[in-house]
Amino acid sequence: MSTLLEVKEVSKQFTMGGMLSRKIVRAVEGASLSLSVEKPEIFTIIGESGSGKTTLARMILGLELPSSGEISFRGKTVSHKVGRAERLEFMANVQPVFQNPFEAFNPLKRIDRYLESTATRFLKLRQRDDIDAAMDGALQKVGLSLAEVRGRYPHEMSGGQLQRAAIARALIPNPPLLVADEPVSMVDASLRMSIVNLLKSLRDDLKVSVIYITHDLATAYYISNRLIIMQRGRIVEMGDARTVLDNPEHPYSRLLKASVLSTEDAGDGKLATDPGMVALAGELVSKPGRLVDRPDGRLVRVYG
Amino acid sequence: MFSVFRDLIRYNIEFAIGLILVGAVVIFACLSYFAPVDPTLIYVAMPDQPPSGQYWFGTNSRGQDLFWQLSAAFRNSLIFGITVAVLSRIISITVGLLSGYVGGWVDRVLMFINDIFVAVPIFPILVLFYFVLRNNMDSFTLALIMACFGWPFDARLIRSVALGLKHREFTRHAVFAGMSTPKILLEEHLPYVMPIVFSTFMANMLWSIGLEVTLAVLGFTNLNNPTIGTVLYWAISHSAIVVGVWWWIVIPVVLIVMTFLGLFLLAVSMNEYIDPRSRLRRMGA
Amino acid sequence: MTQDILTVDGLKAYYQMNYFGVEREVRAVDGITMTVRKNEIYGIAGESSSGKTSFIKVLAAAIRPPMRVVDGSAKFNFKNGPIDVTTATPQQIESIRWRHLSYIMQGSMSTLNPVRRIGKTFEDFAKRPLAASGTPYRERVLGHLERLKLPADVLNAYPHELSGGMRQRVTIGLATVCHPEFVIADEPTTALDVVVQKEVLGLIREIQQDMGSSVVFVTHDMSVHANMTDRVGIIYAGRLVEEGPTRQMFFAPKHPYTAHLVASLPRIGDTTQRPALEGRPPSLANPPAGCRFHPRCPLAIDKCKTEVPPLIPVANDHRSACWRWQDVGPLVKPHQANRVMA
Repeated sequence: MSTLLEVKEVSKQFTMGGMLSRKIVRAVEGASLSLSVEKPEIFTIIGESGSGKTTLARMILGLELPSSGEISFRGKTVSHKVGRAERLEFMANVQPVFQNPFEAFNPLKRIDRYLESTATRFLKLRQRDDIDAAMDGALQKVGLSLAEVRGRYPHEMSGGQLQRAAIARALIPNPPLLVADEPVSMVDASLRMSIVNLLKSLRDDLKVSVIYITHDLATAYYISNRLIIMQRGRIVEMGDARTVLDNPEHPYSRLLKASVLSTEDAGDGKLATDPGMVALAGELVSKPGRLVDRPDGRLVRVYG
Repeated sequence: MFSVFRDLIRYNIEFAIGLILVGAVVIFACLSYFAPVDPTLIYVAMPDQPPSGQYWFGTNSRGQDLFWQLSAAFRNSLIFGITVAVLSRIISITVGLLSGYVGGWVDRVLMFINDIFVAVPIFPILVLFYFVLRNNMDSFTLALIMACFGWPFDARLIRSVALGLKHREFTRHAVFAGMSTPKILLEEHLPYVMPIVFSTFMANMLWSIGLEVTLAVLGFTNLNNPTIGTVLYWAISHSAIVVGVWWWIVIPVVLIVMTFLGLFLLAVSMNEYIDPRSRLRRMGA
Repeated sequence: MTQDILTVDGLKAYYQMNYFGVEREVRAVDGITMTVRKNEIYGIAGESSSGKTSFIKVLAAAIRPPMRVVDGSAKFNFKNGPIDVTTATPQQIESIRWRHLSYIMQGSMSTLNPVRRIGKTFEDFAKRPLAASGTPYRERVLGHLERLKLPADVLNAYPHELSGGMRQRVTIGLATVCHPEFVIADEPTTALDVVVQKEVLGLIREIQQDMGSSVVFVTHDMSVHANMTDRVGIIYAGRLVEEGPTRQMFFAPKHPYTAHLVASLPRIGDTTQRPALEGRPPSLANPPAGCRFHPRCPLAIDKCKTEVPPLIPVANDHRSACWRWQDVGPLVKPHQANRVMA
C-alpha cells in the first residue's frame, strides 16, 4: 500500500490581536491521518465552527503551512512556497471544491473560462477540439454538458448546477484527490442530494478520493468510509464512519449525535438537550488527553 | 458598445448633460487642427477687439484671435490631462492590484514607496523641475512628472478593493484553475476596480489640468505653448480685466467650468453604470 | 373565525424593476392563501428564491419598492383590533411593532448595535412599547432574561463579548420581551452550530408556549421543521403547494415536491440511496405554465403543463396543490405508518 496523502502530527497556531493583547489560537493540534492510493474513499472531517476543520483543509491544499508537523502528498511536502511548475503539478493532483457555488465563479465572467483555463494549463491542450472534448468529458461526469454551460454566466444557473460545474472543473486534470469544504451547505434542499450522490459516484466509478468537510453528521454517515470528529482543534474520535456514528464513544461525539434533529418524531416537538452532556463535552476542551486504539478499529481521545 | 451609449443617454440625464458639455469642448478643441492661423504667433490680428462676427471670441492684447487661441489651448490641456490620467492610472492599477493580491513583503515595499509619494509635496518639486529643465520642459515631460505623483492615493483605494477580492472564493478557484497571477489580476479583479479607475480618471484629469493652470499662471511653464494656463497667464500679465478686455478672462473661465462640470457628470454616471452590482442587476442576476 | 391570528388571502407581491431600460417583473409571491392560528408554530419551507423571503417581508409589514403588493391582503387579528399590513399606514404599523408583531432575524449581529451595551439596546426596543420605566421596567426585563436562561449581567455586555448562541438568545429576548402576539422567525438558527441550534430552537418553542403567541418559522431545513413546528407550508416558485400538520407532512405528504424533500433527507443509521431531484428551481421572472413544479415532477401529466392545480383539501387540515395528489407515493415505512394512524 502506498500512501496518497499523509498528515503527520500537524499543528497550526495563529497569533491574534495587536502588540498589546497578543493571543495565540491553536486552530489544529496534533492531527494525523493518511489516505492510500489503492483504496479510494470519502474521508470526512466533522466539526463545528472553530473546530479547525477548515484550517486543516487549507493546509492539505497547501494554502497555509503547518506550524509543526508535516503534510505530504505522494511523498512530497505540500507547500505554496515552491516553484510554479511544482505547485501546478500539485494542483493537477489535488483540487478543491468550495463551499459557496455562487461565489466559486466570478459573477462577471463566463463559467467556461475556468474550465478552459484548467484544461489548457494542466492537460497542456492547445487545439480547440481537444479543449472542448476535455471540458465536455468532465461535465458529462457530473451530469452536465458543454452545450449547457458554454457562454453561460453564473447567475443563469442554479446553485446545484454551479456546484456541479465547479466539481467538473476540478475533475479535468483527473486528480486522485478532491478536497471539498462544506460543498452542500449553501445548496438548496432539493439539489443537495444530487451533489452528495455525485461525490459518492466519483469515489465508486472514477476512483477519486474525497476529503469531505462538514458539520452535518447525516450526510457524513450517508457517504463516508472513514471520518474524524474534531473539537477545538483536536481529533477526539476517528474511525470507520458507521462504527463511530452508530455508537459514538467520546462525550463530544455523543453530544453531536444527540443534537442532530431527526425526522423520526416529526411533529412531537422534542427539542430537549441533556445539560449534563453539554457540560461534560465542554469540560474536556481544556484537557489534552491522548488518542487510544479500540478493538473495533476506532481511535478515541481519553483523559486522565 | 453603441447600445450601451444609447441606453446611457436615454436613461441617465447626468450622462446626457455631461456628454453634451464635454462633447462641445472636445469638438471645439479639435477645430484647432483646422486653424487658419498658427496659435503661437502674435500680432496677427487687430488687438483688443470685442467678440464679433469676424472674431467670435474677440482678440486679445497680443493680437491673437481668441477663438483659435483657446481652441489650441483646450486641445493641449485636454491631451495633457488625459496623458497624466492614463499614465497615473496604469501605475495605480498595477501597484494597487499587486499589493493587495500578492501581499507580504511586496505589499510592504509598494506601500512604503506609495507613502513616500503621498508625503512629498508636489508643487515645490514641479517648480524645481522647471528651473532645472527650463526650455526642455515641454508639456509631455510635465505630464510624466505629474503622473508620477498622481497615483498613490488611488493605488491605496484600489489596494483595499483588491484585498477584499483576494479572499473571495472565485479567486482561489481561479488559482486552482491554473490561472497565472497577471491573468487573475487583469481578468478577475480588474472589472471590480474599474469604477474606481473611471472616477479617479476624471478626478485626476481635473487635478492635473488645475495644477497646470496654477503653474502657468505663476509662469513656471513654457509660456509660448498655448494651454488654458498660459492663456490666463497672458491675460493677467496684460491686466485684461482692468483694461476692459473682459472676454479674455470670461470666455476661458466659462469653457473651463463647462469642461470640469462635464467631466464630473460623466464620472458620476459612468460609475453607476459600470459598478459590478448594477451590471449584475442588468444582466438579470 | 376568532381562532386565526393571521389571514392571508390571494396575496400577490411582485418586484417591478427597470435598470437602464431592462424591464423585469419578478412574481415573488403569486397568490398565497393561508391562515395562522393562535398559539401555533407555523413553518414555512422553501428554497432560495422561492419567494418565501418576500412573503415574510409582506407579513412583517416591510413592503418597500421595488416590491409591491399587487393583489390580495394579509390581515392580522390582534387584541387591539384587526389590521391589514398591505394597506396600513406607517403610523398603524408603528403601533403594532414589537408589542403585537415582532421578528427574530437570521444575523444577530445586524440586530444588535455593536457599540451599544445590550441593556441600552433593550431600552431602545422595549421601553416605549412596554410603557414602563424604573423598577417595573427593570423587573420585567430581568424576569424575561431569567426565562431565557441568560444571566442578568449580559445587560452590561457588548454584543461581541457574547458567543453566537448567547447573541441569538439575546435577539430572541429582544423580540419577545414585549410578549408579542405574533413572531416572525426568519432562519434564526441557520448560522448556528448543531448543539447550539437545538438549544435555541428549544428555547423559542418554550417561550412561544409560555406566552401563547403564534410564530411563523421560516427555514429551508426540513429537519428543523420536523421538530419545531405544528404545521408546515411548502412554498415553491411563489406559490403555496402544500400545507398540513407537521406529522402528516412528513409521513404522508400529498405533493411530490414535499415527498421529495422528505425522502431525500439522509438519516444516521440508514445508507440506502437517496433520490435526487433533477432540474433547477424555476425563475420567478419567467415561471413555467401550469403547475410550476411540472418540469421536475416525476408524476407530471399533460394536464400539469397547462392547468394550474388549486390548493384543495386532501385530508383533515391538509391541503395540496397537485392534480395527482392521490398518486403521491407511499414513502412511509411500515412502522411509521402505524404511528400516523394512531
